Amino acid sequence: MIPGVDGFMYPNEIELQWGLLIVLYPYITGLVAGAFILASLERVFKVEAVRPTYRLALLTALAFLLVAPLPLQLHLGHPERSMEMYLTPHTSSAMAMFGFVYLWYLTVVLLLEIWLDYRVDIVRMAQSTTGFMRLVYKALTLGSENVSPAARRIDDKVGYTVTVIGIPSAFLLHGYVGFIFGSIKANPWWSTPLMPIVFLFSAMTSGIAAVLLLYMASVKVKKIPIDMRCLDTIGKYLFYTFLIDFTLEMLDLVHRTYEADESFRSLDFMVHTRLMFSQIILQILLGTLVPLALLAANQLWKFSEAKRRVMYLTAALLTMVGIFAMRWNVVIGGQLFSKSFLGYTTYKVSFAAREGLFTAVGLMILPFVIFVVLVILLPPWPERSET
Amino acid sequence: MEISRRDLFTIGGKLLVLASAGATLEQITGAEPATEAYKMADHWWGMIVDIDKCIGCGNCVRACSNENHVPDGYFRTWVERYQVTEDQQPQVDSPNGAIDGFPPSTHTGVKSFFVPKLCNQCAHSPCVQVCPVGATFVSPDGVVLVDQSYCLGCRYCVQACPYGCRYLHPDTKTVDKCTLCYHRITQGLTTACCENCPTGARQLVDFKNPKDPVHEFLRHNKVQILKPYMATGAKVYYKDLDGSVR
Repeated sequence: MIPGVDGFMYPNEIELQWGLLIVLYPYITGLVAGAFILASLERVFKVEAVRPTYRLALLTALAFLLVAPLPLQLHLGHPERSMEMYLTPHTSSAMAMFGFVYLWYLTVVLLLEIWLDYRVDIVRMAQSTTGFMRLVYKALTLGSENVSPAARRIDDKVGYTVTVIGIPSAFLLHGYVGFIFGSIKANPWWSTPLMPIVFLFSAMTSGIAAVLLLYMASVKVKKIPIDMRCLDTIGKYLFYTFLIDFTLEMLDLVHRTYEADESFRSLDFMVHTRLMFSQIILQILLGTLVPLALLAANQLWKFSEAKRRVMYLTAALLTMVGIFAMRWNVVIGGQLFSKSFLGYTTYKVSFAAREGLFTAVGLMILPFVIFVVLVILLPPWPERSET
Repeated sequence: MEISRRDLFTIGGKLLVLASAGATLEQITGAEPATEAYKMADHWWGMIVDIDKCIGCGNCVRACSNENHVPDGYFRTWVERYQVTEDQQPQVDSPNGAIDGFPPSTHTGVKSFFVPKLCNQCAHSPCVQVCPVGATFVSPDGVVLVDQSYCLGCRYCVQACPYGCRYLHPDTKTVDKCTLCYHRITQGLTTACCENCPTGARQLVDFKNPKDPVHEFLRHNKVQILKPYMATGAKVYYKDLDGSVR
């Protein structure tokens, strides 16, 4: 008997190849895509109510996007060779496209949109600040200091176009991450054409929840009154997106159960044993049904402002936990059973290893540190930027 | 043109010097003399496995491990023991890949047989498809290989292999797998596992060689590949493979 193994695993399968860091990778890119799509609601779909979160969402997306490649890089056996993915990409590989999708999203979409949106503020700050910060802002203007109404109109038009391009790009970014898993025919837990779309909607859900939390935290820190209309609108979008996401996941579950192909017994066993806590309790009950109920209640009844705040806060926190559990169940769950369907292995998170818990915690803290730096550098609040 | 005895000695002497210099160079560089006969395009390698002949001795696993310096706990080839009940429920074991064979069975009244496993050298290999940098590839003679100097160690190929044949080498941090003893077969030898199989259960075959016994074998036997529904173009054919084998 091999410790941690039940039944029969092919001998090379006992050790998991993709661990906690690969769980973080779709989680972080999902937050990027979701936050950007929330930002586009205001810009493209003219949902004025979410305006207070527009810049916050863009900065959130950027903070997480900057961290997104790190878990992958730390996971590689030879990180020093990662540039080969750019230089000699293998065109039939879904993973080879990551670098290009990432660069496109980072430079063409996010950086450009943030720069265009902040350009007037940057120019103003380049004039009003002194010393080192003046140099920083001066550099950030990229030599473009024309803030005439005509120039602003051009900024706005180009910014709008970038956002329009950005929406399918955000879909591409995260749909593509889903495709990496969904296209592996050897693994029945992953192999479904629904995977990209499930990833996409779960990304939107987690991204919206993240921005909602950051908005609530930032008004608390800034001691400014919270815009309840904005919070209600984000709550509404979170509810509908989550509902679609949950429906898609349930469709996948019902389809698997009804088809009951040769992998079903194995997967069913796994859900009832090794994934019982992370899938049934964390993902479905606590991470989906409870937040959905809280959000649905707000669509049906009118609660007091204080109650609504608590409800949204709880719902958003649980959503973040639920989507993380979903990523865990996909990535780790997909490697806990043998491709022979005759056995199961165990995954134990190490603490201080390169791919261990401490690294993962550090990688999850890092985007928030970057976010704080970005917020200080590029204040998203209008009253600050006026000064 | 007339060649005098003097000229003959001069030319002969020069040739002798050149030949010995060449031989010395070969010794210095350690290069093998070029095998003039081996042309990749003339071969298409695979293997046939006769389930009924396998006795589960583990010789193949040991031979492979020694020949290819396979790290402990990882396997380029292994042997599985299937013990299948009447209702076709298999009990499978492969203690340490069967490198030391198998302990006596405790099951009675079951159908029992051994299944040697190795990379199926798929013609439409999912592992090759997913490699982000093309470090793993199918050679023109049909062997799936990994360029160790190029592999990123991302392990996407490990996930894509339906047969569990790949692993990350703990020392090189690159993906490793059965090479069908490429260093041997291109020198006219057979693989280490085939050479050491006492019953001839495993045989290296060349589908492009019209004289290879594989053609006769495939004409006269019922054969099967593993997981045919995966459509990987596997080139390891099993004779009398039981339906319970995964």
